[in-house]
Amino acid sequence: MRLVLEKRLEQSRTMVVLTPILSVIGVMILGVIIFDAIGYDGFDAVWQLFITPVIDTYKWRDVATKAAPLILIGLGLSIGNRAKIWNIGAEGQYIVGAISAAGVAYATQEMSGFWIIPLMLIIGMAGGAAYAAIPAGLKTRYGVSEVLSSLMLVYVSVQLLSYLITGPWKDPNGMNFPQTAQLTASQLLPRELGETGLPPGLLFALVGMIIFAIIVDRTVFGFSIRAIGEAPQAARFGGFNSNRIVWAALMISGGMAGLAGTLELMQLTRLNLGYPSGYGFTAIIVSLLGRSHPFGVFVAGIVLAVTYVGGQVAQTVVHVPNATAGLFQALILFAILASDLFVRYRIKIKSSVAEVRA
Amino acid sequence: MTNGARSRDGIARLELRGITKAFPGVIANSDVHLSVKPGEIHALLGENGAGKSTLVKMIYGIMAPDSGSMMWEGQDYRASNPRAARKQGIGMVFQHFSLFEAMDVVENIALGLDSAISRSALDREIRAVMDKYGLRLDPRRIIATLSVGERQRIEIVRALLLNPRLLIMDEPTSVLTPQEVEDLFVTLRRLASEGCSILYISHKLHEIVELCDRATILRGGKVVATCDPRKETPRSMGEMMIGSDFADPARGSVPNAGPVRLAVRDLSLPKPDDFGVALQSISFDVHAGEIFGIAGVAGNGQNELLDALSGETLSTREDVIAIDKNAIGRFGPTKRRAHGLCAVPEERNGHAAIGNFTLADNAFLSARTRMGLDPQGMIDRTGAESFAQTIIKRFSVKALGPRALAGSLSGGNLQKFIMGREILQNPSVLVICQPTWGVDAGSAAAIHQAIIDLANSGSAVIVISQDLDELLRLCDRLAVINGGKLSASRKVNDVTVDELGLLMGGHHAATPTSGEHHAPRA
Repeated sequence: MRLVLEKRLEQSRTMVVLTPILSVIGVMILGVIIFDAIGYDGFDAVWQLFITPVIDTYKWRDVATKAAPLILIGLGLSIGNRAKIWNIGAEGQYIVGAISAAGVAYATQEMSGFWIIPLMLIIGMAGGAAYAAIPAGLKTRYGVSEVLSSLMLVYVSVQLLSYLITGPWKDPNGMNFPQTAQLTASQLLPRELGETGLPPGLLFALVGMIIFAIIVDRTVFGFSIRAIGEAPQAARFGGFNSNRIVWAALMISGGMAGLAGTLELMQLTRLNLGYPSGYGFTAIIVSLLGRSHPFGVFVAGIVLAVTYVGGQVAQTVVHVPNATAGLFQALILFAILASDLFVRYRIKIKSSVAEVRA
Repeated sequence: MTNGARSRDGIARLELRGITKAFPGVIANSDVHLSVKPGEIHALLGENGAGKSTLVKMIYGIMAPDSGSMMWEGQDYRASNPRAARKQGIGMVFQHFSLFEAMDVVENIALGLDSAISRSALDREIRAVMDKYGLRLDPRRIIATLSVGERQRIEIVRALLLNPRLLIMDEPTSVLTPQEVEDLFVTLRRLASEGCSILYISHKLHEIVELCDRATILRGGKVVATCDPRKETPRSMGEMMIGSDFADPARGSVPNAGPVRLAVRDLSLPKPDDFGVALQSISFDVHAGEIFGIAGVAGNGQNELLDALSGETLSTREDVIAIDKNAIGRFGPTKRRAHGLCAVPEERNGHAAIGNFTLADNAFLSARTRMGLDPQGMIDRTGAESFAQTIIKRFSVKALGPRALAGSLSGGNLQKFIMGREILQNPSVLVICQPTWGVDAGSAAAIHQAIIDLANSGSAVIVISQDLDELLRLCDRLAVINGGKLSASRKVNDVTVDELGLLMGGHHAATPTSGEHHAPRA
């Protein structure tokens, strides 16, 4: 008797939904084993990491604050994933989006008006989109892989940020700290939505989810994205221009990253060297764990935000190392990628009798 | 040549007895008998889909026959995998190479060997084989820098290192220049003179006349003739390959052609890629109610022509292609469809349809514009599903329903669905590539009838096919595409099979041409 992998005739739809859930559960079990093995209370560590932030209502605001940018960026990335256009540089677009919005803030320091915040949001999105246009142009014109160009541009954006905050945009009253001036009242969104304690970014994420769900499931554009990802030649036959879709996918994800960056800037009230947070990278996991569907991305954004918040809890309660959250996030990515196997293949037990005959 | 040696040896190197192999819906080989003598260059001849590749895959251990037996030098032979076949002394050079671009020649050869051998020893052996057979190639070169002909030489060297006693060559010249073909023939003749048998698969008749000692001709999976090519002509073998039982076309004479619906004038396009074919000054007219056939051997520009007509490749000028006198040469597929031009590409999965999409989504893919399924850029799901349901019903597609995945349908059923999708859009012009490729007989008949009905309703239909039987049965006029050029068109009733066979084989000079302008004399 032996186990063999057999290709499924069609992808299993149940598995598409089930595997992300199983992946997270699998990672939790694996986490217990790993942390036990290296001398911690494994069960407690995993409990603090995955469960405490969910049952402790005081942690919800933290979770929502982390989830909002992850969801917004993840929504944008999911468009690219569907078209099999891999934007790895959302972190860079997130930073450039924030820089662009900070530019608006720099120019409007002395002004006030209701128009400043919308302008910052729009310019932030435009900045992220424009930064993503670089890999789009390189890919459509010269065939450069967007994976490499978008990733490398992340490091460029970090340099740009540090140049601006140590040079031209440095806060004159900042006691020489490398940071921009604090945003003014006209440049800031309210800290929370009414009395809920939830950050305004979550509202953007919720609205974004609905808009993206309509785009993905109901529009010809969403159809074309899926068609390009599944069969480029058939998409061309259907009359969809693949270059246009490369542009759209990258600029939409860049724009969403830029929006997330702007909202985060408004949360933090200024840019400093600690601004690059890795949300742009974690959002890749979010989009994949969410199966590139807006509803899934929303849930996955919360799951990953839980690991961030839970990582801090576990650090203080169980004294696991700082890197624990990142470790679990990476495990989730591995698990979801590995579990794709079960979407396309099934495990079959082959009897040894059949083997002899074969 | 070594004729004496050959006739002296009575035992065949390889003998096939009653080999039969069936796939779902199609019998690829039926009771095939074949015998290859030592040192013989034996041609396996037949049109695409005649069953040549399936047969050699069974010899080389890639597939197992359903019934029948094989004998190797008088002993029962059976290879369960290619490694076993190689051990027995069978080498094969495939049509498509499997080489790593970034590695050099020796590394690639080493990777393909069944047993490990030191690099220096391998290097020596490779050079020895190359010297012996006049294969010019530097073993240190990186694959990416080599031409197609040079890459093929690597595959040949790889096969020869095992000292094969039977070498199978699958369509070896389809990617070679004439000069490279000559070099290849020199090598093959030398091999044969040393006693190695060669099974040479091709549909290029003049090559077989030039090279081979004997030919087995397959049609529809059956052996229809065995002959000595040196005593035949390309003409006579073409007749055997195509068969002469095509005679009665299903729709005899056609009412005098109506107005021109599709006009193509001087269509030229560069190669889309290294393996593509450039289209050279193609011109033809198709009238309302007419079925126009384009014959030709695979890879002579058929797919490029289909893409140029469907709008997947844009023409350089607006007026190169016109539908009902509207110039559409610069329009993409969606706009061309709006003007009435629909198309069915050759490849069903991944070009005409998306396997992972439902039938409703696949209906939406190419019918959204003409069927009004995309109001304000939104998807009319109900509309798409009911259109898919109509196709399923009208074309008797065996499917669970509009939500079944296209990939779950059999080839014939998917083809019926695709044909139905385009035909029910009531196009003014329909271009179809290989309408019945790999389709079972029943579905093929249904598809043919649908094509005829569409033409009778006043549409212009263009059928691009490698199946001459099909073209002769369906079409009113025929032209042949060869090397990206389209021959003059001929009325089906006036043309003979050997004329067509010769045109397909590239013997342009042997046929009368009617000059640049070839409007039908109807």
